[in-house]
Amino acid sequence: MKMLNYIIRRLLLIIPVLIGVSLIIFMLLLLFSPEQRAAVFVTDVKQLRNIQGIIAKHGLDAPIYVQYFRWISQLFQGNLGWSKTAEKPVLEAFFYFLPTTMELALFSAPLIIFIGIYLGSLSAVHKDKPIDHVSRVFAIVGWSLPTFWLGLMLLMIFYGYFSGLLPPEALGVEASLAVKSKEFIRFTRINTIDALLNGKLWIFFDALRHLVLPVLTLTIIDCAMVMRIMRSSMLEALGKGYILTARAKGADERTVIKKHARRNAMIPVVTVSGYLFALLMSGVVITETIFNRKGLGWWWARAAIQLDIPAVLGAVLFNGILFVLTNLVVDLLYAYFDPRVRLG
Amino acid sequence: MRLEILEKKEELKKRAEPRFKELKFSISRIRKSPLSMVGFCIILFFVGIAMLAPVIAPPKYPHDPYKIPRYGYSTTPKPPSWEHPFGTTEGQYDIFYGVVWGTRTAFRIGFMVVGSILIIGILLGSVSGYYGGIVDEIIMRIVDTFMSLPTLILAMALVTALGRSLDNVMIALIIVGWPAYARLVRGEILSVREETYVEAARATGVSDAGIIFKHVLPNAIYPVLIMGSLDIGAMVLTAAALSFLGLGAPIGYADWGQMISFARNWIVGPPGKPLAYWYTVTIPGIFILLFVLGWNLLGDAFRDILDPKMRRR
Repeated sequence: MKMLNYIIRRLLLIIPVLIGVSLIIFMLLLLFSPEQRAAVFVTDVKQLRNIQGIIAKHGLDAPIYVQYFRWISQLFQGNLGWSKTAEKPVLEAFFYFLPTTMELALFSAPLIIFIGIYLGSLSAVHKDKPIDHVSRVFAIVGWSLPTFWLGLMLLMIFYGYFSGLLPPEALGVEASLAVKSKEFIRFTRINTIDALLNGKLWIFFDALRHLVLPVLTLTIIDCAMVMRIMRSSMLEALGKGYILTARAKGADERTVIKKHARRNAMIPVVTVSGYLFALLMSGVVITETIFNRKGLGWWWARAAIQLDIPAVLGAVLFNGILFVLTNLVVDLLYAYFDPRVRLG
Repeated sequence: MRLEILEKKEELKKRAEPRFKELKFSISRIRKSPLSMVGFCIILFFVGIAMLAPVIAPPKYPHDPYKIPRYGYSTTPKPPSWEHPFGTTEGQYDIFYGVVWGTRTAFRIGFMVVGSILIIGILLGSVSGYYGGIVDEIIMRIVDTFMSLPTLILAMALVTALGRSLDNVMIALIIVGWPAYARLVRGEILSVREETYVEAARATGVSDAGIIFKHVLPNAIYPVLIMGSLDIGAMVLTAAALSFLGLGAPIGYADWGQMISFARNWIVGPPGKPLAYWYTVTIPGIFILLFVLGWNLLGDAFRDILDPKMRRR
């Protein structure tokens, strides 16, 4: 009962954030002139002569609140406009590009979390020892690396120097032809998973080969955050009374660290995992652009340069919703595992 | 009489002792931490480059020193030589000139953005934390909303809407950056608001602004300054990413991010010489990396030194 109460309260909290996100997007929209916004509706060159007519027809110079409610009602009907870079409606384009990005996130997120937690706790346990210094330097350098530069340097070495060892793009020529053929069934449109489901191992390995560099880029840069948080929370946990108790009872050091300290130290890491996703999405824009993987980030970057307004606003909307949902899941898991949260 | 003075001196000394000890401890921490010294030296190095830019790389167009001089119009980059110590990049822009003057651009972005963010964040955060109630509620909901969007994507959308330019990149970063500070300042203020010295100040009739700026803020400012120094690096990094995507400075402007985007087509050299154009991407990248690293090391050192929770660990 208490849990249900908490869920309802937590769900209600989403509403103001979503309204806020919609207001931000709408204000972004208003930053464009009515003429620029009218251009979105132009499908034929002849219409260019009648820009004022389009503005009047779609009420682009109407009072702000009228425009806002019109825009919101369109949004609820799933009409996010037409993306000229994708040559599709924004919502359709979103589902078209999503699998490629999902694949990247699917491989990098676990790596980021596991490596981050492992190195962070290792660093805390061996505080001020060489291992601690090395992993701290690694973290701070990773945190300072420009994503785009790291990606290009990796390409220079593994694509250039080791001629074509780890290429850009999502698939090689042969594999992408095979994927497009009729007998290859696209279950999820995620290359690696589809290849396995179709029993085509060589396509799977080809997709994997194309994934190594982008995943490496994202991991090196983003696991620094997890590591840093894990280190400081592990240090805090190691100083707690229950660790002393466990040691006093004669538990061996491995049990103390693994079962008593690390488990409690992981809580702050779970808390920031919502932010981790936001960080990952920022990284995806750059990595997909560099490695020419046609996913959401690649699309958004192109949209921003070519002034594809609906796609750019769609990107903001998607990220707002993603953030709200990941945080909701995190909070609910929290309440499930930690009774203090739902009772407090 | 003499004895009394001596006693007083002794007492003052005793009172000052813990503070003095803390200060000595802080200084020893800075000295002992080689990483913070490295950070300090890196920043000093860049300050030197930025100040001496007109001497190191005399501008070809004195009225517009940020414009990188071009030596021809060929697209193919040329390797380092005596005239061009770091070579030329796509379009024959001189890389050495670009990275030297790009240092000034980086400092400008970092200081302008973080400075503005600090002012906005501290003002709104103090108001929010000190007054509470409906004002607090509204400001914090705005903060929540902004913080639910990834920095780069929101900044990208803002620059798209405002139009492509370096100034708009800075404006976008300010809009994206202030909420985190407002939240931090608010939290700090909430924790010191109920302290007795604030109550005492209120009882003696100090104005609200006086209490906030003289009594509350000085006790809440350290975490904000730490975050600020870390953010100088982060903001320069994001600005460089935007420039790289083609949303920043105009083409030919001395800007590190843009120089890397020039290099994008020259990652792989001609057959047989795969690393032929290494200098186009490596050199500007190392400048960005070192600049950001310097600020991050410095910020980390500040954190270890100023944060009483961290310093004894």
